[in-house]
Amino acid sequence: MNKPIRRVAILVMALFALLFANGTYLMVFQQSSLNANPLNRRARDEDFAQNRGSILAGDTPIAYSKPSGDRFKYQRVYPHGRIYAPVTGFFSYDHATTGLENSYNTQLAGTDDSLFVRRMVDLVTNQPPQGASIQTTINPDVQKAAYDALGNQKGAAVAIDPKTGAVLAMVSKPSFDPNKIASHDVEAANKAYTQTVNDTGNPMSNRAAREIYPPGSTFKLVTAAAALQDQGLNPDSLVDSPNRLLLPNTSTYLYNENHMSCGGARITLTHALDVSCNTAFAQLGLKVGADNLREEATKFGFGSRHLSDVGGAASVFPDEVDQAQLALSSIGQYDVAASPLQMAMVSAAIANDGVLMDPYLVSTVRSPDLQVLSRTKPKELDRPLSADNAAKLKQMMVSVVQNGTGTAARIPGIGVGGKTGTAQSDPKRKPYAWFTALAPAGDPQIAVAVFVEDADIPREDIAGGALAAPVAKAMIEAAVKR
Amino acid sequence: MSVAEAGDRITVVPRKRRNVEMLLVIFASALSLAAYVQVDLNVQGETPTNLVTVAITAFLLPLLAQAAIRWRAPYADPVILPCATLLNGLGLAMIHRIDLINDPPSNGAGQQLLWTGLGIALLIVVITVVRDHRPLQGYTYTLGLVGLLLLLLPLVPGISSGDLGGARIWIHLGPLSFQPAEVAKVLLAIAFASYLVEKRDVLALAGWRVLGIDLPRARDLGPILLVWIATLLVLVFQNDLGTSLLFFALFVTMLYVSTQRPGWAVIGIVLFAAGAVFGYYTRGHVRVRVAAWLHPFDIEQGYQLIQAQFGLAWGGLLGRGLGEGRPGLTPLARSDFIATSLGEELGMAGLFAIILIYGLIVSRGLRTALACREPFGKLLAAGLSFSFALQVFLIIGGVTRLLPLTGLTTPFMSQGGSSLIANWVVMGLLLIISHQVRRPMATVRDLDPGGQLVFERPGRVADSELTQAIGRPGTGGSDDDQPTQIQVRGGRA
Repeated sequence: MNKPIRRVAILVMALFALLFANGTYLMVFQQSSLNANPLNRRARDEDFAQNRGSILAGDTPIAYSKPSGDRFKYQRVYPHGRIYAPVTGFFSYDHATTGLENSYNTQLAGTDDSLFVRRMVDLVTNQPPQGASIQTTINPDVQKAAYDALGNQKGAAVAIDPKTGAVLAMVSKPSFDPNKIASHDVEAANKAYTQTVNDTGNPMSNRAAREIYPPGSTFKLVTAAAALQDQGLNPDSLVDSPNRLLLPNTSTYLYNENHMSCGGARITLTHALDVSCNTAFAQLGLKVGADNLREEATKFGFGSRHLSDVGGAASVFPDEVDQAQLALSSIGQYDVAASPLQMAMVSAAIANDGVLMDPYLVSTVRSPDLQVLSRTKPKELDRPLSADNAAKLKQMMVSVVQNGTGTAARIPGIGVGGKTGTAQSDPKRKPYAWFTALAPAGDPQIAVAVFVEDADIPREDIAGGALAAPVAKAMIEAAVKR
Repeated sequence: MSVAEAGDRITVVPRKRRNVEMLLVIFASALSLAAYVQVDLNVQGETPTNLVTVAITAFLLPLLAQAAIRWRAPYADPVILPCATLLNGLGLAMIHRIDLINDPPSNGAGQQLLWTGLGIALLIVVITVVRDHRPLQGYTYTLGLVGLLLLLLPLVPGISSGDLGGARIWIHLGPLSFQPAEVAKVLLAIAFASYLVEKRDVLALAGWRVLGIDLPRARDLGPILLVWIATLLVLVFQNDLGTSLLFFALFVTMLYVSTQRPGWAVIGIVLFAAGAVFGYYTRGHVRVRVAAWLHPFDIEQGYQLIQAQFGLAWGGLLGRGLGEGRPGLTPLARSDFIATSLGEELGMAGLFAIILIYGLIVSRGLRTALACREPFGKLLAAGLSFSFALQVFLIIGGVTRLLPLTGLTTPFMSQGGSSLIANWVVMGLLLIISHQVRRPMATVRDLDPGGQLVFERPGRVADSELTQAIGRPGTGGSDDDQPTQIQVRGGRA
């Protein structure tokens, strides 16, 4: 009977080998995905109980963890939570994380590979592990100025340092309080989350970088840049500016704002921008051509995502347009859509001698002992126009604020350049008000875009100059030291 | 190793190794006690208040068993008891750890300790009173009948505990609940072994030959069909795939070992496959188990499996440390899923170590079967070892998602008295068989210099292997890793 017994022994060995193989497979191939599974309460609770690093704007923390004494040990706190919500996002038990809390989760939690040595030191010295801190590029003064100036209006504001691409402000309204969603009272947190998500004002959507809207006349800056680059025009070149323009191959006429004249049948390019002449820029767009205009827009950053750490959306210039659609696209209508961040990037590139810098939100990541783990180096993204043409376009923007639609952004002693926009793509809703600006004109330190989605005032009064320009002015005043 | 000599008479004496066994038992107890203390230190922040009592119990119980072995079964295998002690002890520490999750702490470990005491008492009874497994051969049909009755007992209204987790495998008598299948396993293993020893010559007769395999005669299929139907009944009415598979596999394996005919194994596998398919299509419970195994994230019943997987992933290779994990998040953490609770806190490495200890017990059991010189002991040792191994495979494979989950217990570890005492009895049986195998045997010359064979086993036809083992001086018949030395004086070899 020994032969069958030996065979049974081999079978038993095979069965046990299967157990070992399965255990090994689980450890090698499944462990990380199981630990990352959102249903995994073990991992989630530990993450939630971590002493996370702070998120800083300037010298002030906009998110930090403080000992809580309950089962999760550390409570995440957001001072001025509503102001910085689009930047920080939230850190919740049941609803994951968003914003920088999400994109820098491993660094903040201290589980990133770059913190390995630190973790080992903590282990040996029996210190509770602590996460790295994140230094944002946000300037608290500018951020607060934008938040306050937007008031109760639904909208967004973005400011960029044109020389580096550092984002100085990113505000979205209405906002929400991340503190409530980060509460350790999980039930209350869930209630706050549900309430915020179901709010008709969509407070959780980051209108500054993650949403795109028709940019209206602010897009004329792109059309103007294309005209300067491709058509060899000058600010003083005369362009056709009829009172109305028959859209090619249609029976529809394009009019100027309020059916007004632009001040003659032929006006200078500068004047066309001053008064935001629709017919002039529609014709310029037709002259430049769809491909060149799209290429120019792409060079300004359209078509690609920016600020991936807060999930920035890509702005759109339509792929296929006929002549009529091209004419409308040239003045920022039809299917053209841009995020406020994108429009700030347009001004920033014009301000920075035609060089577009890659926007970024986090400048340094520091370990708990303040050692710099990573530092963002400013990166050139593209050159949408020559330094020469950039200077010309900048001058034209200054003229808009001095003589044109953007007078509301005038600041004594600071040369401000800007461009208004009013997008009226859907007659059923109120038009969008836009304003993008740069300042000071001599040595630009800030490029701004302000967007007001649904101002609570009568329809006729909406215009980029009236609603959005004062917000930009407040931001510039906060940023530029006189 | 010692060889006692008296003139020309030679007696071969394998090493008893009782002191080694004692040291190993003390080591196993110390390890278990350390685990228990560590649980308290990590969860409560202090040593257990009843440390002295626990320590005395931890060393006393297994050492009593060791003393019984030393007294009545001195040649028994020295590794089995320490392994069982360690598994039982670690199981107790883990149950205590789960106890502490509750507020106020439950007392599962206390109950389990009582059962452990009872189990070790039964082990001592087996070793001191039964002493020899061979007389058990006389109760084939009694044991078989009682075993079958126990197996079907959970179906009796009044004492049935109803469906627990979908399976009806529990009964309750007063405050005690009991899984009779665990006891039935031991009784049926004995019954199968003695039945097969009696009938194997008939069963080994060849019938048709298909694809190079000799299948048995159709008229001999009766017993296997009977057992098959019994296990199908278990599957259909108790909804328990694990128990059903365990018993059928036990019978088929013993049938194969006793007849040495692979044909039986083939028939067994075919019948099992048919039963499994039948179960899958007729029993919703089986389907749910399979679905939970394949797609645990998609159905509600996959929850406990998923939690167990999370626990193992969370524990990683080296574990969170005793008391530092969160095994309480997995349902049934102290019974069905105790293996993953241990995996979470001791790591996959710790779980592998535990599986290895199971493997050690199985290997000692199979080794005993190989070395045994008479067919009943051989068959019984092989059957008990195999069913033990299969049970470990099914339950640990089940909780680690290698197989669909079955309701089997993790031997010696999961909470539950029936399983614990049954497994201690199994260890007792393996110990006494190994004692009979290893105890000093006389050579042919000693027994009968005239050349006529004398068997210890009365009234049976000579087993060919038995004849070989005894008839050839020098082989000794023992397979032990310590080769038995035989010295022959007087040049008569």
